[in-house]
Amino acid sequence: MALDKPYLDIPGTTIFDTEQSRKGYHLNQFCMSLMKAENRERFKANERAYLDEWPMTEEQKQAVLARDLNWCIRTGGNIYFLAKIGATDGKSFQQMAGSMTGMSEEEYREMMIKGGRSPEGNRYLGEDGDAQPHRQPQGNS
Amino acid sequence: MAYISASVYTSHVPAIGAALDQGKAEEPYWQPLFAGYKFSKQWMQEAKPDVIILVYNDHATAFSLQMIPTFAIGTAAEFQPADEGWGPRPVPIVQGHPELASHIAQSLILQDFDLTIVNEMDVDHGLTVPLSLMCGQPKTWPCPVIPFAVNVVQYPVPRGQRCFQLGQAIRRALDEYDEDLNVQIWGTGGMTHQLQGPRAGLINRQWDSQFLDKLINDPEAAAVIPHIEYVREAGSEGIELVMWLIARGAMSDVAGEAKPKVRHRFYHVPASNTAVGHLILENSR
Repeated sequence: MALDKPYLDIPGTTIFDTEQSRKGYHLNQFCMSLMKAENRERFKANERAYLDEWPMTEEQKQAVLARDLNWCIRTGGNIYFLAKIGATDGKSFQQMAGSMTGMSEEEYREMMIKGGRSPEGNRYLGEDGDAQPHRQPQGNS
Repeated sequence: MAYISASVYTSHVPAIGAALDQGKAEEPYWQPLFAGYKFSKQWMQEAKPDVIILVYNDHATAFSLQMIPTFAIGTAAEFQPADEGWGPRPVPIVQGHPELASHIAQSLILQDFDLTIVNEMDVDHGLTVPLSLMCGQPKTWPCPVIPFAVNVVQYPVPRGQRCFQLGQAIRRALDEYDEDLNVQIWGTGGMTHQLQGPRAGLINRQWDSQFLDKLINDPEAAAVIPHIEYVREAGSEGIELVMWLIARGAMSDVAGEAKPKVRHRFYHVPASNTAVGHLILENSR
C-alpha cells in the first residue's frame, strides 16, 4: 500500500519528501559544493564543465544553467540547497523566491510589503487564487 | 537542579541578520521589526540565564543530504558561525555547555528520544539570528548555548506531538542535573512563509495569530496540528513552527504546575519573505 501524500493537491508547492530528495540527491549535493569559495570560482569559470563532474541528469543540468528554480525543484531540488546557486550569483533569498512566481523583483517585494500572498484560493488545486497553475506566470513583466 | 525559567519564541529570517550586520536596522523597512525586540533585549539583561537551549534548524549548512538527523544536540565547547555562501556573519563564537548537553543527550536517549550527538558543527542563521534579536550586537554572547537542531528541511519533519513530548523530556532531564542552573529554552523559525514555487510569499496572518493564542493557552491543541495544516495554511516552510512546540513542552504548566506569564508578544509582516512572530513566556517560580 502506498504512503499517503495529502500535500499533492496544494497549488504552486512541491514538498521535498523522501522521493524528491532521492531524485535530487546529486543536484542538491552539487549546490552544497558551492559553499566553498574555490568551487564557486570553478563553477563560474565554466558552468557546464563543473556540472559534468556531478552524476546529475541532463535535465537537472539544463535547469541549473537556465537558473529556472521551479524546474530545478521539479527534478528534486530543494530551495535551501538551490539558494547556494543564488548566493554564487549574488542574489538575495527574496530575489530567488520571487523568481519562481514570474513577478518582477519589484512586484514581488511590493506584494510582501503589502502583507504577502493571501491563502485565499491558494489552499487547494482547482480554486482560483493567484498561485494556481492556470494563473501562471504572475506579474506584468 | 537545573530549571527552565522561561521560553522564548522567534522567527530566524536570514535577512534580519544581514540587516543588522550591514547597519540597516534603522531603515524604514526594518525599524518596525527591531522595535518589536526592544523590550526583549532589556528583558534578557534582567533574566540573566546561565544557559540557553536553542532549538533551531540547520539550512543545508552543517548537514547536507549526506546525513539527515531528525534531532541533533551540539555537545561541543564552541560552535563557529557558518559561511552560508555570503561569508560568515560577524557575530561572536557560540560557546557551548558540553556538561549539560551531554547530560541531556544521555537522559533523552534513555527516555526514548534517539538523538544524534554532534561534537563538531558550524551554526547558521537559524541559531545566530535569534541570538542577535534577543541580545543585540555584543562582543560575546551573554551565556553558553546548547544548539538543538531539528530537521525541518526534508519532509517528513518530526510531528508536532513528538516535539511537544520532547520538550517535556528535556524538562525532566534538567530536573536530574545536579548543578543549579537557570536555563532558557528557545524555539525558533516560522511563522507563515513559503520560499518556493508559484505560491512563494504566502502569509497567513489569521492563522499565525490563532497559533500564537493556542501556543500560549492550549499547547496540547497546538501540538496536535497535523503537518498538512502547516503546509496548506502556513506555507511549506511555515512547518518550522513544530520547533516552537519543543520549547513550549518544556514549560512547567505542561507538567501540571502554574500557567506561564506572557511577558511579550509581537508580530510583524514582512521580513523578506516571512511573517515574524515572537513570544516570551516566563515560568512562575
